[in-house]
Amino acid sequence: MVLQLFLNGVILGSIIALGAIGLSLIYGILKFGHFAHGDLMTLGAYFAFLFKVQLGLPFWLAFVLAAALTAGTAILLNLILYRHLKKRDSVIVMISSVGAALIIRNLVLLFWGPQNQFYVKAIQMPLVLGDGLLRIKENQIIILVLALALVIAVHLFLSKTKMGKAMRAMSDNIDLAQITGINTERVIIWTWAMSGVLTAAAGILLAFDTHLTPVMGWNLLLPLFAAAILGGIGSPYGAMFGGLVIGISQEMSTLIISAAYKPAVAFTIMILMLIIRPSGLMGKKV
Amino acid sequence: MTFAGVFSYLVFFLIFVGIYAIMTLGLNIQRGFAGLFNIGIAGFWAVGAYTSAIMTKGPSPDHLGGFGMPFIVGLLVAGLISALVAFLVGIPTIRLREDYLGIATIGIAEIIRLVIKNEAWLTNGVRGISAIPKPLAGSFGSNYNLFFLMLVVLTIAFFYYLSEKGINSPWGRVLRAIREDEEVVKAVGKNVVRYRLEAFVLGAFIMGVGGALYAHFTSFISPAAFRPMQATFLVWIMLIIGGSANNFGSIVGAFLTWGIWTGTEFLTGMLPAAYTTQAAAVRVILIGVFLEIILLNRPEGLFSEKKYSSASTADN
Repeated sequence: MVLQLFLNGVILGSIIALGAIGLSLIYGILKFGHFAHGDLMTLGAYFAFLFKVQLGLPFWLAFVLAAALTAGTAILLNLILYRHLKKRDSVIVMISSVGAALIIRNLVLLFWGPQNQFYVKAIQMPLVLGDGLLRIKENQIIILVLALALVIAVHLFLSKTKMGKAMRAMSDNIDLAQITGINTERVIIWTWAMSGVLTAAAGILLAFDTHLTPVMGWNLLLPLFAAAILGGIGSPYGAMFGGLVIGISQEMSTLIISAAYKPAVAFTIMILMLIIRPSGLMGKKV
Repeated sequence: MTFAGVFSYLVFFLIFVGIYAIMTLGLNIQRGFAGLFNIGIAGFWAVGAYTSAIMTKGPSPDHLGGFGMPFIVGLLVAGLISALVAFLVGIPTIRLREDYLGIATIGIAEIIRLVIKNEAWLTNGVRGISAIPKPLAGSFGSNYNLFFLMLVVLTIAFFYYLSEKGINSPWGRVLRAIREDEEVVKAVGKNVVRYRLEAFVLGAFIMGVGGALYAHFTSFISPAAFRPMQATFLVWIMLIIGGSANNFGSIVGAFLTWGIWTGTEFLTGMLPAAYTTQAAAVRVILIGVFLEIILLNRPEGLFSEKKYSSASTADN
């Protein structure tokens, strides 16, 4: 039981981690909480639904196309909204992102309807390990492998490429980054693109584990923020770690409290972190 | 539609405008005057609504109750409990960056929703609380809604006066100074966190009272009645349209926004019944796009902040 919950937590945690990396970087670089992040996740998942189920493309192609479209949407949001608003106080940018979240969610509702959707309708028999101690579905193994692959890709991108280094530099200290001649506008566009790809991936994997609904991403927004804050705003590695901690705690919490209050766990951890160490585990001072 | 029909619809419409105007006045104290970011308005709204419902109802087997308190006590306790929630959320988060408060308010609104949904002993869960007593019910016959409108207007007048008084006082001046430049205010030795917390708690009190009025007017509340983001979002639009830090603007903003929101309902109401879900989605999209256009093109809203010069405050 404990082991099973832990495994479920790792699966949920890796999905949260993927979403939180982008959220944390945007937060670090653009200095505002992006409240449409959860709904971008939803959008990514539904884009994949469009290509995989409605247009019958292979799963990997649907995944790539959905990621690209979501990245495009993120860049577009920045282009028409956030870029113009960022000179004003951050509350205005944030409320604009809340507006964007509602628009995206209701567009999903409009085009795909409120009912649950599935990538594959067939019932999967879980693999049973260690005398029924642990059950894992084939889908979940794919999720773990894909999440791990993406995290490694992010790591390579951030540590090996010039753009990745520029991103981390900007997130760390924007003034210093500008002095060294980094083209901040380009870095910002790349940050949105990368966040879009990762967010879409998180949404697709979440839908792959369970199903698609128009509120799936919105429901995960609080855990995403909690992960980003826990890891330290602006720290992509912190966000990965924070995601895992939040995912595992949410699942394990059902041992003690009613499963209905799972979403409250992320909130509680976040508040505790804000009281004890507002800068997060791997972040700089707020 | 007959004249009487139009009139009674107008009264009904204005009651909702009024309740939203109260919410907007509350948000104006938090956001307009103190620069605080609260996107959990629906949470405070729900706390106020449920508190007053539970306080004023007679015994019921379905949920906590049996206090049978008068209406006015219900409103007061609703405001106090809502203020208490704000106090508890504010303590850990208000000293940090403004966005953390925003995230925390979303969180608390979500937790309030979960509690309302799951703690049936307290709130009757998803079935909601019905037959919430209306003050002086039966005394005004068919003019009852008109009487209720008067109650709402009185509440608005009270909070409007309170807010104007507060903002013209030394307290209000410090608050606005903090919003403009926190460091300067710190430098003159003011406790910035305390002022902010006070504004947050006061705003939440007003929202709690607004929520209570809503509960007594509709006399039925349930978790499904609170579309959290929709309510929160509408109040924000009202504040932004009216112009932040302008109490009069808040009220005008509530009127205009609720008018537009109801207008879109008429528009989508013409669609066949099969499209109700889609119609609801289109309404939210329209109002969302509307907000973005306002933010991009007229960020200061219709009314900008009043100039509170030292001369005008000296007159008071």
